Formats: sequence, structure tokens, C-alpha cells
Amino acid sequence: MRSFTYQRAESASQAAAAVAATPGAKFIAGGTNLLDLMKLEIETPTHLVDVQDTGLDRIEDTPEGGLRIGTLVSNTALSADQRVRRDYAVLTRAIQAGASGQLRNKATTGGNLLQRTRCPYFYDPNMPCNKRKPGDGCAAMKGYSRQLGVIGTSESCIATYPGDMAVALRLLDAVVETVKGDGTARSIPIADFHRLWGDHPERETALEPGEMITHVVLPKPLGGKHVYHKVRDRASYAFALVSVAAVIQPDGTGRVAFGGMAPKPWRVEEAEALLPQGASAVVKRAFANAKPRSDNRFKLALAERTLAGILAEARS
Amino acid sequence: MEFNGPSQDAILTDPKVIGKSTRRIDGPLKTTGTAPYAYERHDVVPNQAYGYVLGAGIAKGRITAMNLEDARKAPGVIAIVAATEHEPVGSSDFNHAPLFGGRKIAHYHQAIACVVAETFEEARAAAAMIRTSYEPEDGTYDLAKVAPSAELEKGGWGDARSDRGDFEATFGAAAEKLDQHYTTPDESHAMMEPMATIAAWDGDRLTVWTSNQMINWGKESLASILSIPEDKIRVDSPYIGGGFGGKLFVRADAVMAALAAKAAKRPVKVMLQRPLIFNNTTHRPATIQRVRIGTDKQGRIQAIAHECWSGNITGQDGENATAQTNHMYAGDDRMTASYVTQLDLPEGNAMRAPGEAPGHMGLEVAIDEMAEKLGMDPIEFRILNEPKTMPAHPDRKFSERHLVRCLREGGERFGWSKRQAKPASVSDGRWLVGMGVSAGFRGAPTTKSAARVALDGNGGAKVTTDMTDIGTGSYTIIAQTAAECLGLPLEKVSVVLGDSAFPVSSGSGGQWGAASSTAGVYAACIELHRSIAQKLGIDPQTIRFEDGRVIGAGKTVPLSDLGQLAATGEIDFGDYKKGYDIGTYAGHFCEVGVDRYTGEIRIRRMLAVCDAGRILNPLSARSQVIGAMTMAAGATLMEELAVDKRFGYFVNHDLASYEVPVHADIPHQEVVFLDTPDPYSTPLQAKGVGELGICGPTAAIANAVYNATGIRVREYPITLDKMIDQLPQV
Amino acid sequence: MDDRDLAVSRRGVLAAGAASVAVSQVPLSRAGAADSTAKPAQQAVRLSVNGKAHDLTLDTRTTLLDTLREHLQLTGTKKGCDHGQCGACTVLVNGQRINSCLSLAVMHQGDEVTTVEGLGTPDKLHPMQHAFVEHDAYQCGYCTPGQICSAVAVLDEIRKGVPSHVTSDLTGTMQPTNIEMRERMSGNICRCGAYSNIAEAMAQVAEG
Repeated sequence: MRSFTYQRAESASQAAAAVAATPGAKFIAGGTNLLDLMKLEIETPTHLVDVQDTGLDRIEDTPEGGLRIGTLVSNTALSADQRVRRDYAVLTRAIQAGASGQLRNKATTGGNLLQRTRCPYFYDPNMPCNKRKPGDGCAAMKGYSRQLGVIGTSESCIATYPGDMAVALRLLDAVVETVKGDGTARSIPIADFHRLWGDHPERETALEPGEMITHVVLPKPLGGKHVYHKVRDRASYAFALVSVAAVIQPDGTGRVAFGGMAPKPWRVEEAEALLPQGASAVVKRAFANAKPRSDNRFKLALAERTLAGILAEARS
Repeated sequence: MEFNGPSQDAILTDPKVIGKSTRRIDGPLKTTGTAPYAYERHDVVPNQAYGYVLGAGIAKGRITAMNLEDARKAPGVIAIVAATEHEPVGSSDFNHAPLFGGRKIAHYHQAIACVVAETFEEARAAAAMIRTSYEPEDGTYDLAKVAPSAELEKGGWGDARSDRGDFEATFGAAAEKLDQHYTTPDESHAMMEPMATIAAWDGDRLTVWTSNQMINWGKESLASILSIPEDKIRVDSPYIGGGFGGKLFVRADAVMAALAAKAAKRPVKVMLQRPLIFNNTTHRPATIQRVRIGTDKQGRIQAIAHECWSGNITGQDGENATAQTNHMYAGDDRMTASYVTQLDLPEGNAMRAPGEAPGHMGLEVAIDEMAEKLGMDPIEFRILNEPKTMPAHPDRKFSERHLVRCLREGGERFGWSKRQAKPASVSDGRWLVGMGVSAGFRGAPTTKSAARVALDGNGGAKVTTDMTDIGTGSYTIIAQTAAECLGLPLEKVSVVLGDSAFPVSSGSGGQWGAASSTAGVYAACIELHRSIAQKLGIDPQTIRFEDGRVIGAGKTVPLSDLGQLAATGEIDFGDYKKGYDIGTYAGHFCEVGVDRYTGEIRIRRMLAVCDAGRILNPLSARSQVIGAMTMAAGATLMEELAVDKRFGYFVNHDLASYEVPVHADIPHQEVVFLDTPDPYSTPLQAKGVGELGICGPTAAIANAVYNATGIRVREYPITLDKMIDQLPQV
Repeated sequence: MDDRDLAVSRRGVLAAGAASVAVSQVPLSRAGAADSTAKPAQQAVRLSVNGKAHDLTLDTRTTLLDTLREHLQLTGTKKGCDHGQCGACTVLVNGQRINSCLSLAVMHQGDEVTTVEGLGTPDKLHPMQHAFVEHDAYQCGYCTPGQICSAVAVLDEIRKGVPSHVTSDLTGTMQPTNIEMRERMSGNICRCGAYSNIAEAMAQVAEG
């Protein structure tokens, strides 16, 4: 880990200004992913701006009947909030499917959206990786790719976004609110927040340098039956092979998003319109352009079967 | 003392401490964080500096250059020991891969430098500044590809080849036949405490406070690796955060700490960083196994063969998965063979029940498959083929063997009669439910072991031996042994372990530790009995020790009156054992649920019924078995070091990507010990259990998955991607 | 050109100017970094550990875990992976369990930290520590302090009604059932495999 200077910011705009003004600066909130990567020198900030004193740790009701979640709200607190449990159960389910109790206590709403991939070649600085070092090549492409992406990947990178919470947020059409270094605020629909890799796998989100997440806004509740099924080899404390977030309405319509498949939570609105026809139709449409590798091809069948299980239980 | 005939000590007629469930005497220390592990010993030597090990970035080739300039100038750096500036260190009988020095790289993450700095943070940062260039060479990394050219194993833990009768002819003519292949992957010990050492020099004398299962091997190895006399080395390892075979041998932490301490001219502490451990240290090698079984129409095995292919960096000894097959089932015509090929992966070496653990994953599934072919219950098929003497060497008698009881009693307890023989016929909601069984065998080796027992003059006693406690409960069973032999309550006995200054013990490995080390303590107590008898003028044959007193010749003398008497004793095991097949046996049972949609496998129940001699401490012995059952669950359902066959290394080299079982994977586990002391094993009639527990639960789980789904996966680990195309339509 | 050549030659590109298939371990984005010989940044931090206040000046890189183990010599908290993948470093901060390896000391200005040493001592065990001894809920002991800190926190989380992955009714009250405890403890790996016993030790404490 490289040496860095450290400061605490008292407001989001102060934090954003500090990061924007300092070359090599990064925000730190929970630190559970950033410090992991700093120890391996995959992240090498020279200055850290700690945002824990910015006061963004509340969940407020919005006039539209939704919730506005401060970026510092921990995964535990968000999943345990009574309103979330009652009206956005898929979010509680997704958060509780991720990481461990210890990590969820530190991980924040904003930080979790920025969690970087778990591709094992990204994590090994001896291996070529376009995400770590643009133009370096990709060791995963023809390597061990059981965990990696099947769709939305590129010739440069086949990594996945590894988180769970964002899959539920994508399902719920959440909006990410930010403040930039110059103090201007903007709202980014979650669908546009994570980028596909294309030729620039090092650019993972729509955030500009020095732009800080302040809130995540949930629209008013959808009703319906909320399910998050995360499939993994061990029963807990593991990243998803495939995860499926779904809200199923009594009439059989609904929404569905997939995790573990792509650089971002994967939701195709035209595909979910086929939910009344069953899992096969949805998955076929949602993954029409999939480019699986031989050792992750199973994810397509797994996604379909997982969704089929959700639909069967929703109907029963 | 020599143990040269069946044990019949009167101590064992009505033991008061041995054999009783006893809380660990080190428990209060471990649960309060006050048991000191290697890296934590701030008090043993002042002025400790921090070492950080850098691993090679290629699997095979040469270092062309190391640029150390930036690192040397980095803040806090005291010294750097670098491969290009250091001759290769020596080897030892226990190390295969080069540990350090010179430009040759034999495997990925081989140690190539150790940076010493004032703080951990500075050492780590400076290590990352070292710039190394390599000339890579082509290596061999694909076991399946090179297995056909493998040769019979040389060295290794078991018979490389064993033949009896004419297997091929009998198998060819058998009424019913099975011929199947099974593969097991490379596995990592993944003990929770990383390898760690504090090294300090005092002139030419070296002390290492380290984490090592085998103190005396460690001392011998360090002497030969560092080319210094053994008597100049002290190794101290009182608490060890898990080993499972991974800490049987000296690794880079100890070597680099010693070299770095010399270079820095002050004590240095080194802990291997977790992402380095998987490729830098040893692993259990992958196997390809072929099992052939031929029976008559009634299911009597007439011919059985088990062959195994594995690879290792030496090309000499690998993972001999055939080890149990010579002991397990009847059959006059038989053959086993273990073939090994050279691979340029990191060093393969012993991991919990080397050979037998993966061996059961082949053999005991093959037995299940054969039983099904014959239309027989798999328990009945096993019992029908229970041998009368050791099947591969019929002249060797069993000392004690109650495998049939393990299977029968296990079946009754587990509710085996409710199992549906037809696969995929039981459901519980979305779960397909199945039961599986396996037999288990693991040898019961014993080896020379010494200890010293000293009376403290206050009515207590202290045992010292270089024996280690790697979580096995050595502290407690040693205290129990001394308490029993000296007629003391447990709390009057203290135990100090793991220091090479103490008498040389068996150490911890190969499930020999408990039986051997307690025999050594017993021998020391017998020596102490003799000197007490002599001092008091009592006939050693009639002397008794009860309630803190010595009784005999009409006298009753409190131990506290005897002053600080001490005795050292050693147990040695005579040749007479060679006429016997002395083993430990188990019946393993498992029930699993398999999600009919996703193929996720979850264990619902597990049971082990064990026949393993006198159980010295049922409380900690049970923990050994449930722990092994847990590791077996990992081996069966998730653990696999993924080999990148282009770059030649284990890709998933951290604890997030090399998945081992977590709490949620493991339900309540039942263990039953049959009360089966074995007088042929040790004076205390004891054997080990820690490896027996991993011999068979694997296959029981695999067989349960088959019973649940009708899908037979023969390539471990059994993961959903291997089943998904065969799961029921949804 | 097979996969291996492709990969290696790609890596060869890295080794600036090397014509042969040479490979370099190049520190990432070292170029342009701040002067690496400069004295590392230090910062003052005040922590309360097990009720005792400590004023420390630390390299900013120092984790809470290394602060405890190396600076305060409270070695009960263990380093198993240093990457949040094992749970051996679990401590309670302001009453919540966290992985101390993934937290910088400077982020804990004014925080109250409780380690395993703060729960009980060999002569005066905390009820959870006592239950672990009674149920042999450990073997090598290295993950044990983390398991115990987590176990104490888990029962508290259940009491406070925090849901988990296995909670069926998210709006109901939480119960310390076997599967609830096992799911919540899953961030604490025990390679010796004492899980079954740990669940029983916890159940004993949960029942009071």
C-alpha cells in the first residue's frame, strides 16, 4: 500500500471539491473494497477524503412516496429499515445475500455501488488486465472464467459487476444523486450508472472524477412479491454465480434483473414483458446476445432455472 | 521403553481421567485471545523488525534482473534479501521445491525477496517497488495431458504398486463389472493462521518462534537449509493456528525471517500474506483415478484394482489415492498402482490423510456404483465383502476392526432403512433429497515419542515435550495421561509444548500424534514411577498413585513430599506390529438436499460412527471428526485450486475465491465412537481420529447427491454447473 | 499462436523495449507517483480500546487490526487473511462487529473498540467464552476470538431485529434459530470445522 495523506470532509460538496482538486485523491467511506485493493496496489490513491462526517446517513421519505437513502447508510441499516423491509423487500433480500455481517456493517450504500469486479486476474497484479492497466491485455479472456460475464462484455474485458444490492436497485429503478467538485448536483438513473466495458474497462461508472454519490432515491413501492435468489457454491459469504432479483405481480407480470452475468446488473425491459410466458422466454430475450465461454455457459441455463423457480413459487 | 506386545496396563482397568470428556486446558487462553501464536510474540525478543515476502510473477524460468534501488531507498527499509544476491539455500528431506535464492524459478510465487523495514506498512510498500524481469520457460501444468507418460511413484507415503493374484484375468471373467474414472482437484490446506515466524540470531545461534507441526523435523530442516549445525537452532511453536499438513515442513516464512534477521542484524518477523500462501506453499495434488471392480452374481468381489495418476514438481511422489484400497475390501485378485508425473505447479505435499482422503472419493463412489449395478444395498454390499485379514496381505491380521459395526450401527442411527434405493424419488418442496453412505479407513501409525515429567514439589506435575497442539487437543490429552499415571487431578498437571529444547516427540501429522505422544508421556511417567519407587523403597510392580499420594509397601506418601523429582521417557514401537494391520474405521452417513431448479447442494445431516481405539478425550476427539467432516464437505462440494494451464499457477489464490465451507454449509453433525480400545496400538490402546474423519464423508456426500438426483458427477468438486444439464425439466 | 503465446506476448509488451518474450513485474502506475522516498504520512488518532483511551500517532496506512496487534500489542484479534475474507479480525466498534483488517485506524477517531480481551479474561470468562470452552467450539483457536466477537454481536443483532438472508418473514420478530445463527456467523471461517459446536455454544448463551 502506498503512502497517502488523509482528511475528513464535513460535507459532500467539501469532499467532492477536495477530491476534484487533489490529483490521486479518492473518497473513502466504509473502505471494505478500497482498502482490500490498496493492499494489493491495485488502487493507489495518494490522498483519501473520508466522507463519514458528511451526515448523509439517513433514510428519508420522499414526497413521491419513495425513499431517499443517504450514501453513508450502511448495508445493514438499509436492509433493516422497516420501510425497506415492508415495501422494498427485494432490496433487503439482496443486501443480506451479500458479503458477511461484519462487511455489511461497514459497507455503505454509495460505496457498494462502486464495488469493483472480483475477476481473479484483476486481483493478481502479475497478470495482464485491461481494467487495471489499459492496453495490458486480458488474461481472463482465455483463462479461468467460471465466475465471469456472459453478456455485455467486450474484447477487452469479461469481468462482472459483483454486487447484489445494485441488482435490486436496478430492478426498483433507483436514481443515484451526486455532487461534483464544482458543487453542481445531478441525478443518474441506475440503468445508466454502471457502464459496459467496451474499449475502456477501466471506466466502470458514469461518475466523473471528483463526483461523489450523495443519495440513492427509490421511487414509490411496486407492490407484488419480492424475491432475490442468489446462487453460489457455498451457502453464504460468496459471490454470485448467478443472482435473480424479481418482483412478481399477482397477474404474472413483473420485473426481473440478473446479477453475476454482466458488467452491470442486467435488466432488459422488453424481456421482462415476457414474464407471463415463463422463464425460458424471458431469459432467451434478455440474453439473446450472450457470448459465454465454455466454463461459464452454464450461467444461461442457471439463470433460466433460477427464474423458473421464482415464478413457480410466486404462483404457488 | 519399547512397546513390543499388546498393552495390558492396570491403569486402564478403571481410568479416572483418560477417556473422560474433558474441557481443553488451553481453552481459557484460546477463547480470550491470550494464547500466543507465532507472529504475536512481542515479549520473546526486543526490537523486532517487519519482513515482507515477495513472490515470483512467473511459474517457470529465470530472473533476468531485479531492480532493488527504489525499494532500498524507501522509507523505513532496513535490509533486503533478494534472490539475485543470494545463493540458493539448501534443501532438506522434507522440502522439494526450492525455498529461496538464485535466479531459477520453479513455481509461481516462489519467494524471491524479503524486505525488512521498521513497520509492516513500510515493508509491504517497499516490496511492491521491486522491479523484476524474467525469462519465462515453457512448463507442464496439465495433469490430464501428461498423465499417460507418468511412471510408478517413487518414495511417497504408501505402496506404489501392489499385486495379488491375477487381477486382469479375474476381472475379465467376472460376472458383473465396473470400470470408472474419478478426478479430484488440487486442494489447499487454508489453515486460518498464515505461516509465520519471528527469527532472532544470537551470534551463530538461531531461534525461530514459528508455526510448525513437527518441531524436530523443522530443526533438522532449518539446519540443512541454512547450513548451520542443528544444535545452534531452537524452534518454538506452542500454539499453531491450524496445519492440516501444511505446516509439517519449514516454509519460506521461517527461511526468509532467518535470512532477513541476519541481514538486518536484528530480529525479524514474517507472516506470509494470504494471497501468496496458495502458490508459495504446498497443496494436495490433483488425482485421476480408475477403479475396476469385478464380482460374482451374488456381489462377492473377486477382482479389484485402483490406479491413480498425480503430478508433482519432483515427478517422484504425488498423491497416492490407492492407499486405502489394500485394506478395505475382500477380493483375491487385486492390484493398486500410483503413477506420478512431473508438473511445474507449486509443490504438492501432505494434506490431511494424504492419499486416503481423495482415495475414498474414488473407491467409495465406485463401491456405491457397483452396489447399484448388483441391485444391492450399499451397506450390505460392503458387509458382504468385509475381509477376514488384510486383503492385500492376507498374512496380516487385523488388530481390532469393527467396520461392520460402524456401518450397521450407523445405519440404524441414521434411519438408513428409510432411504429409497431408486434415485430421485424423494422430494421436500423444491429440494430433491437423498442419503449416502461410505466406509472409512485410515491407518493408525505410531512413532517414537519422548517427554519429560517433573514433580514440582507442591503436589503438581509438569510435562514438557516438543509435541505440538495444532488444534488437536494435545495439551489436554497429555495432561490427562500424566494425571492418570500419577494419580493427580487434571488441574495439578501443567503442560508445555512445542519447544525444541524439550524431548523429541512424534509431532503432529498423519494422525499419529495423539496415540504416539501420549504413549511417550506414559513412558516418562513409568520412568518417574521407577525413580519414586526406588527412592521410597517400593516394588515398582506394586506401586500405586492415587489422589496425589504414592502408595505401596505399607506406606502412603504425598507427592508433594518427594521434592522436584523428574524423569524423561521415550516410547519406541517394536517390530511386532508389522504382523498386524492396525487401522481406524468409520461408517459415514450423509443426507443432502439438491435444489431441483438451481442444482444447489446443501447438506442436511451428517453422521460418523468411528472405531478408533481408546478415545482419550471424547470431547476433543469429536471435534477432530466433525472438523474433518467439514473439510470433507469442502472437498466434495466446493474446493478446487483452479489451474491456469497457460501461466502455470493456481488462479484462485485467496480465501474469497478458494471457497471453504462456512457456518451456513454445516448442519449439526453427529459422531459416535465405538468403545474399541486396541491393545496392539499403544500402551494406552489409543489411535488417531483426525484423519479418519475426512476418509469417507466425501463419498457419502457424493453418493447422497446421486441418490437425490440420479446424477453421478465423477469430477470433484460436485458443483451445480456439472449437473445442470441433467436436472429435471422445470 | 496458442493461448499461452498470446497471453505471454501480451505481457511481453509490458516489458518496455524487450524484444524477447520477457516478463516484468512492474509496480502498477508507479510512474508519476509521489516521491516514494518521502516520509510516510502520519496522523494522530484517539481510540478507546476495551475502555482504555489511547492517543497514537500512526502511519495513515495502519489498519485498525495492525494498530491493535502491533502497536497496542493486543494480539487476541487475529490476522487470517488481511482482506476481509475470513473474519478472524472481527472486533466490535461502537457495539457493531466489523473486520478490523479493512478499516484504517485513522477512520476510528474517538471510537469505542472492544476486542476479545475486553470481553473476558482467563479467570473471568464472558458467558460466550465460557460456552465455547464447554462445547469445545474451537480447535486451533486462531479464528476463535473473531468467532466469539461475532457470536456476541450476532445475538445482539437478532435481539435488535436485524433480518438476515435466511429470515423468512422480514417483518416478523427474529429468533436465534440454528440456521439464523449459522447464516449470520458465515463471515467467520473456521477451517478446523468447529461450526456445529459453535452453533451449540451460541444456542446455550441465547437461551440464557
